[in-house]
Amino acid sequence: MGWQLVRGWTVLVYLFMFLPVAVVVLLSFNASQFGSFPMTGFSLRWFVELAQNEAILRAFRTSIVLGLLTALISTTLGVLASLALVRYRVPGANMISTLLIAPILVPEVVLAVALLLFLNFLSVNKSFTLLLAGHVIFTLPFVILVVQARLVGIKRDVEEAAMSLGASPRQTFFQITLPLMLPAVLAGALFAFTISFDDITGTLFWKPGGVETVPTQIFAMLRNSISPEINALGTVMIIMTVGLPLLGIAIARQLARKSGG
Amino acid sequence: MSSVTLKNIVKRFGSFTAVHRSSLEIAEGAFVTLLGPSGCGKTTNLRMIAGLLDPTEGEILIGGRRVNDVPIHKRNLGLVFQNYALFPHKTVAENVAFGLKYRDIPAAEIPDRVQSALDLVQLPDVGERYPKALSGGQQQRIALARAIVIEPDVLLLDEPLSALDANLREDMRVELKRIQARIGVTTVFVTHDQSEALAMSDQIVVMSAGKVEQVGAPEEVYNTPASEFVANFLGASNILDGRCTDRGGGTVTIEAPIFGRLSIPAEKAPNLAGEGAAKLVVRAEKLVLSTSEAGEGAVSVPATVETVDYQGQAVRYFVRAGETQLQAINMIDEHPFAEGSAVHLHLRPQDCAGLPG
Repeated sequence: MGWQLVRGWTVLVYLFMFLPVAVVVLLSFNASQFGSFPMTGFSLRWFVELAQNEAILRAFRTSIVLGLLTALISTTLGVLASLALVRYRVPGANMISTLLIAPILVPEVVLAVALLLFLNFLSVNKSFTLLLAGHVIFTLPFVILVVQARLVGIKRDVEEAAMSLGASPRQTFFQITLPLMLPAVLAGALFAFTISFDDITGTLFWKPGGVETVPTQIFAMLRNSISPEINALGTVMIIMTVGLPLLGIAIARQLARKSGG
Repeated sequence: MSSVTLKNIVKRFGSFTAVHRSSLEIAEGAFVTLLGPSGCGKTTNLRMIAGLLDPTEGEILIGGRRVNDVPIHKRNLGLVFQNYALFPHKTVAENVAFGLKYRDIPAAEIPDRVQSALDLVQLPDVGERYPKALSGGQQQRIALARAIVIEPDVLLLDEPLSALDANLREDMRVELKRIQARIGVTTVFVTHDQSEALAMSDQIVVMSAGKVEQVGAPEEVYNTPASEFVANFLGASNILDGRCTDRGGGTVTIEAPIFGRLSIPAEKAPNLAGEGAAKLVVRAEKLVLSTSEAGEGAVSVPATVETVDYQGQAVRYFVRAGETQLQAINMIDEHPFAEGSAVHLHLRPQDCAGLPG
């Protein structure tokens, strides 16, 4: 009896969590004029309209460029920071580590306002670069956490063995260390991309006028009415933000299996 | 193949001195073991020879050339670790070939060299596998193959057998010694295991608390320990406080409790200058329990067996003679003595060693 209740409750929790998502996905295929029930038939017209909407396509391009650049910069910085913190004795390493992780702990609004005010103080105008900098700041901790965890697991012995065999520190990094931490590096990059891709709070504060990312574009569209296009856009977003990490995990597993984890 | 020389090496980590001023001469082609308990500085020494640590003071020479400022990847050393340290993302063949890539070796020749290294460690057919598909002992053989395929000037082994289980360890011990003898490479072996050291080495360097206690051939270190530490670390010894009463005519006379006055060969007490406080070192396996009095050339002392530690082929006794407890390790002839039995302890003076008191 007790177990039945728990089971029922679990189902309700999952419904609560995923029903809205399911509804959005379902309605995106609705042939009806309006973005709500009842369904009148299966149709891909909203996806077609989406693909023809200039504003949305522009927002997509902005989001993807922003996400890729964020991932690239965050991952590079994150790998270098992790190497320094794990492999070398840096004075105040614990402090630095905490500071680098801090953006996760600070509410995003606070971070967003702080960066904006700071740049205002320096009389720097809002720009795409500022937006990118903001995204790097709050995706960096995720990269560092993932990469550091992996790096701790790579024994120093292996690198020392490579050097004893004649590989310079640089060659050792590219031949041994980097391949061994590649799953974590890819995971970090994916995290950074996904977080950047669906961020809205910070982006609203930092984006210069006229630049829209996919989330801010949806937000703007919602102000007028709930068009079925938004359901289609939501579906695409869901596929990207859920599918990419899953793909990443699958690749990481594959790599880990090959390298003996 | 080269000799290795440590000249007045000191290594400090902050205020802690890991290696006190020590010098060491390792001959070309020799198998030298650095032996000592953990924290004695043996691994620190090895890592300094390897170039993984810089000495605070002193010089390191390999083949007569000062290498203090030569980085590890230019020293041409073979290094084998306790945990194998194979590259998990490379196949066995790629692991072994790794060092060859950084040397002027024609690419066409690499597979042959890899294969002959694998043959040498008796694992000719595992080249295509990944390290994790191999057992611990096999992985360590591959690590050895990877280290020797580059024809290193010196082979450095950092407790390479410690991660293996007991039976395998003894097989690998023989194997390692065979391979070393075959290629004749100068080898520095670090271990805390005295039986490994005794079985494999040409020379043993016994270390304690950052200092070299004794350097010598296994038999020499075993039979004529230079200090109480060495006597206790290599095998089990009874050390009795006594007095040296006379030195001369090729013998040293030590008066010790229980055994009384013993004249031992002078070469068994090289550091005992003359009269004064002295210690008598009696190896546990030289103290023989018997039901009868000793014959000519040995002293005999009555004692009682207190504890019997049965080990199959041998037995370890703790016996009491007067006020003193002694330990004896004897081979078993039929049955071991029972606890509480009255026995005679036999000891030949030439089996003893003397230390300054």
